Amino acid sequence: MPKAPRAVVLLGAQRFEPTLAEAVKDLAIKGRLAAITAGWQEREEEDDDLAEHLAPLSVTTENLRLHARAEEVFRADPEFHKAHRERQALLRHRQDFYRIRLEHALDAAQVIRQRQAPEAILEDEAHASIQAIRDLDHMHLSRCAIDRGEFEDRYKPLKRAALAKHRSEIAEIIAGSEGVAIAGGHVASLLNRLDLFGIAPMLGGKAIFAWCAGAMAISDRVVLFHDSPPQGVGAAEVLDAGLGLAPGVVVLPQPEFRLRLDDKERVQLMARRFAPAVCLAMPERSRARWKSGRVESQQGGVFELREDGTHAVSVARHSVPPMKGHVAS
Amino acid sequence: MTGLTPLAITTLMMPGTDARKVDDFLAGKQFPLVEGPNVTYVWRGDAEGVNLRHWIYGLESASALSRLPHTDLWFLTLDIPEGSRIEYKFEILRNGKAEWIEDPRNPNRARDPFGANSVLQAVGYEAPDWSTRDDLARPGTIDQLVFDSPSLEGRRTVQMYLPARFRRSRQYPLVVVHDGKDYLNYASMKEVLDNLIHRLEIPDVIVAFTDSPDRLREYANDEAHARFLTEELVPDLAARFPLYDRPQARCLMGASFGAVASFSTAYRYPGFWGRLLLQSGSFAFTDIGKRNRRGPLFDRVVEFMNRYRNEPIAISERIFLSCGVYESLIYENRSMVPLLDATGMQVRFVEARDGHNWENWRDRLREGLSWVFPGPLMFVYE
Repeated sequence: MPKAPRAVVLLGAQRFEPTLAEAVKDLAIKGRLAAITAGWQEREEEDDDLAEHLAPLSVTTENLRLHARAEEVFRADPEFHKAHRERQALLRHRQDFYRIRLEHALDAAQVIRQRQAPEAILEDEAHASIQAIRDLDHMHLSRCAIDRGEFEDRYKPLKRAALAKHRSEIAEIIAGSEGVAIAGGHVASLLNRLDLFGIAPMLGGKAIFAWCAGAMAISDRVVLFHDSPPQGVGAAEVLDAGLGLAPGVVVLPQPEFRLRLDDKERVQLMARRFAPAVCLAMPERSRARWKSGRVESQQGGVFELREDGTHAVSVARHSVPPMKGHVAS
Repeated sequence: MTGLTPLAITTLMMPGTDARKVDDFLAGKQFPLVEGPNVTYVWRGDAEGVNLRHWIYGLESASALSRLPHTDLWFLTLDIPEGSRIEYKFEILRNGKAEWIEDPRNPNRARDPFGANSVLQAVGYEAPDWSTRDDLARPGTIDQLVFDSPSLEGRRTVQMYLPARFRRSRQYPLVVVHDGKDYLNYASMKEVLDNLIHRLEIPDVIVAFTDSPDRLREYANDEAHARFLTEELVPDLAARFPLYDRPQARCLMGASFGAVASFSTAYRYPGFWGRLLLQSGSFAFTDIGKRNRRGPLFDRVVEFMNRYRNEPIAISERIFLSCGVYESLIYENRSMVPLLDATGMQVRFVEARDGHNWENWRDRLREGLSWVFPGPLMFVYE
């Protein structure tokens, strides 16, 4: 079992009014943080704002350049690049087919909800509807894990020379850092790079600060969501397992414009679907220290979606068993 | 101003209304005057008669305005459903002649290949903010490419849109557009693409805006046209640009006859065009007989549509279909939905209270493009 991080701090969006420095100060971090900004993709190295933000604390950052390093690996190892591209195409198909099934399951739940029947039957059927959706989510996660396992067995990415060289450099930087800051951005891209370089086992004993997509990626299950997309009903969907460093939480960044909190049925569905995990909404300027499957402390209005369709500022609660993620599997 | 509240125009129906009172009434108001569901059109001047000319299927195409006694003010009040957007002109009858003009009191205009129309924006309609230039959205580029097409036996130009962050090292989905210049000029499609990409509602995408010098022939289920698009244009573009080579990343789109061209091309190459975006398609058909009421121009379309309707098959994976409820084509488009749906294709159908015009097609682009190619909005959290 890999060593657990020293602390895990989840943060809301950092783009306009960052609060990372406050969190870093609270944990008395000195020296250097390793920075992961792979979610920014080609803009990965445009991290001057991050460095400036931490400079007053005399904390420096070193960017791990996971996105750029991956491109270097792909250039150096064309066979692996081709295989990786094919795996990504497979994952896109998986996501697409899962989404088709999911939309039908959600439609069925909606139709059943509108039916006239004795209350007890409706309640029982509502549970069955949720269970059907949960089964789909689990099936999708299982298939992703199988695909990932087969890919790793066949191509042994961590043992490939081009990748191993970078991984060794990354490990050295992290080992010499007090913590790791994981920024948001494109969550699938970020997760892909974290997975590619096998980052999770390197984070033991470190303080982890993660926001937006970064916070999603270190949970044990990444859930994509937007209640008001340009078309369609905005069905939340599971992307894949995360790193599992913050078990028992579904991180929901930017709730200000992604969640329709006045829609009780949506809130209820989200909370029930992912229970016993906590659906934790992280508004801008909010932060929460996550420990043993619960919010240990929070600032700035972190709130939970509840199974009765309401939402409330998060308070300490019982711990939640972790799902199988990258670390645990 | 609904229910028991009298309409503003009734203040002029009192005895003693004169030119000055008309001046006062007109001053500072936006016309047509929208009062809840009631819309009052006015025109002022000497004439023997004034008609409202519009293209709303289901209403008389010409509705007479009444002259307010003892004045030169003509008016007509209609009940217009919420959210409607209606293009119109006034027909002025003078000296035995009829002249069609835009409404001089209405600044809202819609341009099309035939000129411009005035636009009524009923309660609830708002021109989408994503259709006008957003300074925060980095603009893509448009360059012209020239093709020699053996299939069409001639030279064709295509306007190529590349997204602002275009990189040769990346791969992109492709959209091929019929009536490309019209989509650019009258449906603001360049601005729409820039904005939707900026908002993450569609991915970075490469778009080929094509045109035809003889669209009524080439777009009406033409084998050579389908071959040009599928066997010449796409391979040529794939050699020039980094395109995904899979059906799910290829979309063919068009409006009116352009929608027929898109659909019939996909039919001739089933499985190749994984995405279709069809707006107000001229999908004329007959349930009995071979000639449709729309005339000989539609004969080839009718023949094709009857054949397809007789044996519907899945030709694409995902189809976006839209139509205005004030178009006569709403019947044909509505009837397509269960037909397409039953083949296993994913179909999204959207209706709007609008007509057969370019701004209707512009207003549906957000839903359409984000349906065929969902952007990274669900993936980006920063």
